[in-house]
Amino acid sequence: MSSAATTVAQSAQRSAPGPATRAEAENLADTGSAAALPADYSDYKLVPARHPWRWVGTVVVALGIAAVAWSLATNPRWEWGVVAQWFTAQSVVTGLVETLKLTAISGALGFILGFILALMRLSASPLLVSVSWTFSWIFRSTPLLVQVLLWYNLGYLYEKVSLGIPFTDVRFFEAQTTTLISQFAAAVLGLTLNQAAYSAEIIRGGILSVDQGQLEAAAALGIPAWRRSTRIILPQAMRAILPTAFNEIIGLVKGTSIVYVLAYSELFYTVQVIYNRTQQVLPLLLVATLWYVVITSVLSVLQYYIERHFSKGAVRNLPLTPLQKVRRFLSTHAATNVRSPR
Amino acid sequence: MSTTVVTTEAPTTAAPAAAATRGQVEITNVRKSFGGTEVLKGVSLTVPSGGVAVIVGPSGSGKSTLLRTINHLEKVDGGYITIDGQLVGYQVRGNKLHELREKDILKQRTDIGMVFQNFNLFPHLTALENVAEAPVVALRSDNSQRRNKGEARQRALELLDRVGLKDRADAYPRQLSGGQQQRVAIARALALDPKILLFDEPTSALDPELVNEVLDVIRELATSGTTLIIVTHEMGFARDVADTVVFMDQGQIVEQGNPLEIFANPQEPRTRSFFSKVIEPAFNI
Ligand SMILES: Nc1ncnc2c1ncn2[C@@H]1O[C@H](COP(=O)(O)OP(=O)(O)O)[C@@H](O)[C@H]1O
Ligand SMILES: [Mg+2]
Repeated sequence: MSSAATTVAQSAQRSAPGPATRAEAENLADTGSAAALPADYSDYKLVPARHPWRWVGTVVVALGIAAVAWSLATNPRWEWGVVAQWFTAQSVVTGLVETLKLTAISGALGFILGFILALMRLSASPLLVSVSWTFSWIFRSTPLLVQVLLWYNLGYLYEKVSLGIPFTDVRFFEAQTTTLISQFAAAVLGLTLNQAAYSAEIIRGGILSVDQGQLEAAAALGIPAWRRSTRIILPQAMRAILPTAFNEIIGLVKGTSIVYVLAYSELFYTVQVIYNRTQQVLPLLLVATLWYVVITSVLSVLQYYIERHFSKGAVRNLPLTPLQKVRRFLSTHAATNVRSPR
Repeated sequence: MSTTVVTTEAPTTAAPAAAATRGQVEITNVRKSFGGTEVLKGVSLTVPSGGVAVIVGPSGSGKSTLLRTINHLEKVDGGYITIDGQLVGYQVRGNKLHELREKDILKQRTDIGMVFQNFNLFPHLTALENVAEAPVVALRSDNSQRRNKGEARQRALELLDRVGLKDRADAYPRQLSGGQQQRVAIARALALDPKILLFDEPTSALDPELVNEVLDVIRELATSGTTLIIVTHEMGFARDVADTVVFMDQGQIVEQGNPLEIFANPQEPRTRSFFSKVIEPAFNI
């Protein structure tokens, strides 16, 4: 209080017509504001708060981006011509499709299995809980690379795969392992099981984030268990699940590149094969990278809209999408432009 | 001639008898422990069909737990509960009570609506969807048909109208006031035409000025013939609607009786001391 008064006094002394003594200044600090200002502000113009540092930051960031862009464009060693030449080449596009296929299949199967594992883990049955826990434990503690190689070499460990009753001669189905487990099957198996182990935890976390009262209310209404999970709990859990789940999916897009060890011709392996032949290593890595960037960008947009969908009811009013904002900006701008000539 | 008398009389005597047993709750010597502490210490209570029982008592006395045993959200450790003579959550086999399968418990619950202190509306569904959800998916205790979507929505609109919220049918719970949310929750509990409605402090989470809009809805239900069991701290409301006021303390029913008598002239010292704390001096009996 006293320091504030002193400041007022000092600044007051500097401006000539102000009160001269400290006592007067204190007087002003205590009562002055009410007496000195007019009571009616209705004609005053509102001035929004200014953020000068935002502008400084924007300029710094813009300069940085410009510098990077300049070096990318002008340094001939990036060989953009080669990049352009290979970007849509038949073999690259085929590899890209394989990558997308692996991502979609292992992602979908992984999350479905993960959902079931999460429900098992949250169930009241000690057996289901421990099975689910063990699954996650094993698949999270072994490197994906090892898992994929193990699946592919299963034929070495077990020549035949059969379905029957253990410890008896009853067999419903039997096949050579090597015919059963192709590169594709090994890749999907490895990626799916690994993904399931991680998704299970993500989904479980999401489910735990939903208020217990929701489950109780649903149970009190006699809503069947499966419906409770899918209609009441999961949509609410989605809000917590989605950001991490998209992290996982985006990780999986690039993670699929690990199956190059099976000589499986997805995007990354294809690119490797090409640069081993042409020796244009960096431009071809750039081709793969750019495709990964494209996929990730598309997924990010998808994520935005899916998250928005599941935030229905969670926020009072949904904020505008960027597109809606642009449209509104344009329309209000057009409106003021029309009005401004007057 | 005599046969005509018999045939005309039979339905008239049978009908009130059937109506009289709709929603009769009998709680017999129910015990429940959490960890080592006994929360319900042998509670017995009968609420007749269409009756209104209001349970009052200090916090932690076991009111919510008792309410939750009635629809088997909480399993009893001893004693039993019947609704219209049928055991809740168990069936008799030999001389043992076997717990029912989840599916059958869910069916039983469709006869018992529950309204929670925190509303527990489904926030991602609109008011209408909240009310219409259970009738479409829940298996009924009498094995009658589930409603199709159109019927359920129609009925949900009627119920929202009944609680005065027809025009907010498409609002999400977070867009509604607390009082409105609780009224939607009541409509949701009514959607399965339950015989019994359980209210666990339905107005405790509400701002004072919103309490009455919810109590008015419950008042209206009290005359509808549905059995109501209400835990509340609203003593004026209890006096108005209750047939029986039940005072619980430390897991036991200490005293119960007609509201006028029990408020005016509590017999037990614990009841007297509780009422002296919760009832304002101006409270007029
Ligand atoms: N799920 C639970 N686990 C452990 N203790 C519980 C649980 N539910 C209730 N209790 C305890 O049981 C006692 C009675 O609780 P409650 O029935 O909620 O009382 P009231 O509704 O009368 O306030 C309290 O001491 C409470 O802490
Ligand atoms: Mg309680």
